[in-house]
Amino acid sequence: MSEPLLQAVSLECERDERVLFQNLSFSILPGTVTRVEGPNGSGKTTLLRILAGLNDAWSGELLWCGKPRDQQRESYLRNMLYLGHRPGIKPLLTPLENLRALMAGRRPLKDAALLQALAGTGLSGYENVPCRNLSAGQQRRVALARLLIADEPLWLLDEVFTAIDANGVEAIEALLQQRAEEGGAVVVTTHHDLNLPGMNRIRVGGKAER
Amino acid sequence: MKADLQVPLKAESSSVGTLQAMSAVFSRDLRVAFRQRQDLLNPLLFFTMVVTLFPLGVSPEVAFLKQSGAGILWVAALLSVLLSLDHLFRHDFDDGTLEQLMLQPQPLFLLVLAKTMAHWMLTGLPLVLLTPVLGLMLHLDGNSVATLCLTLLIGTPVLSLVGAIGAALTLGLRSAGVLLSLLIIPLYIPVLIFGTGTVAAAAEGASVTGYLALLGAFLVLALTLAPFASAAALRISLSNS
Repeated sequence: MSEPLLQAVSLECERDERVLFQNLSFSILPGTVTRVEGPNGSGKTTLLRILAGLNDAWSGELLWCGKPRDQQRESYLRNMLYLGHRPGIKPLLTPLENLRALMAGRRPLKDAALLQALAGTGLSGYENVPCRNLSAGQQRRVALARLLIADEPLWLLDEVFTAIDANGVEAIEALLQQRAEEGGAVVVTTHHDLNLPGMNRIRVGGKAER
Repeated sequence: MKADLQVPLKAESSSVGTLQAMSAVFSRDLRVAFRQRQDLLNPLLFFTMVVTLFPLGVSPEVAFLKQSGAGILWVAALLSVLLSLDHLFRHDFDDGTLEQLMLQPQPLFLLVLAKTMAHWMLTGLPLVLLTPVLGLMLHLDGNSVATLCLTLLIGTPVLSLVGAIGAALTLGLRSAGVLLSLLIIPLYIPVLIFGTGTVAAAAEGASVTGYLALLGAFLVLALTLAPFASAAALRISLSNS
């Protein structure tokens, strides 16, 4: 048995005078993939942003390794990777420059490693093309390249499968599965029919449970 | 599926240096700006246009220009910085890089400071460099031009730093421009008064050290406090988006 990385205790969030979820409690264990489910507008993204620490409009408790998350902000941020709706890619920079900038504050890597990650997402040959000339799917792949070189134990991924083709989806599924086997924890929201063996689920919207 | 934790938690000591992270933010902003040169030229063009139109619209007389030249240049510089502020965080907000910036483990106010310094390098500094030329055009004498440049050199970083607070606060709003001006202009007024006051004092041959010391105090105050306020404002803006 291992300690939960992240624990939520009776989380509650209200947005525009509408309760998105209340009494939401769950644990994210290392070595698991957790899918956040719910219809459009049910608060999946909001939940992920709360977990990432981007949204402060919530009540309840969030524990990181057993202690309140907000008291250990730096250590939490160092160990958490968040990929949002907006991929964090500058359209004017090339994939390589984007990746370099995104990694610079966390784990600066040699260009060779970055190029390898870009090649791993199928972007070889596009390393030096400005991202605005790439397709939406390719731009998302630039952001996804971070997953190939990420060493954070906790990943929070919001709609990772958006604009990704069938082969890409398969590759990401395999990556998430492999990540869980290595002992990392992954939380995803997706409308894609993700079904990995041993996957946990958190339901938001409608009746709040689990 | 409960494997042991093979992906180790990272200790705080394994940190990337804060300075290194700041310089990465700084150089990325410069790089993006140089890929979009027309945006770089906008504040400069505005500055030049306002300053050239003034003599045409009011009076081309040497006496008038000598007297009000410094004021015209200061107001034009202030307005062109104000115009460029909306872009400071807007693009980063839209493409998601701001979220990633906030999630970097380094203190946010230092990263914001790096962004603000990049903004100054790209707007305030070029204005300072252009000022001697425009100052001569307005018949300012050498001494006045030198003093004017010095006040702008100290004053424009204050404009960027204070403006960043307003830009961060109005980030989530759809039409932020008017509100941004209303929020920020009152805070710019002291800088403007002391900036132009210095040049007026220099023109009369009075001592300017007192004025410069006050401007310097504004700069120190802005450098130490504004990044905290901007970082807090960014947190609020992103929390509501």
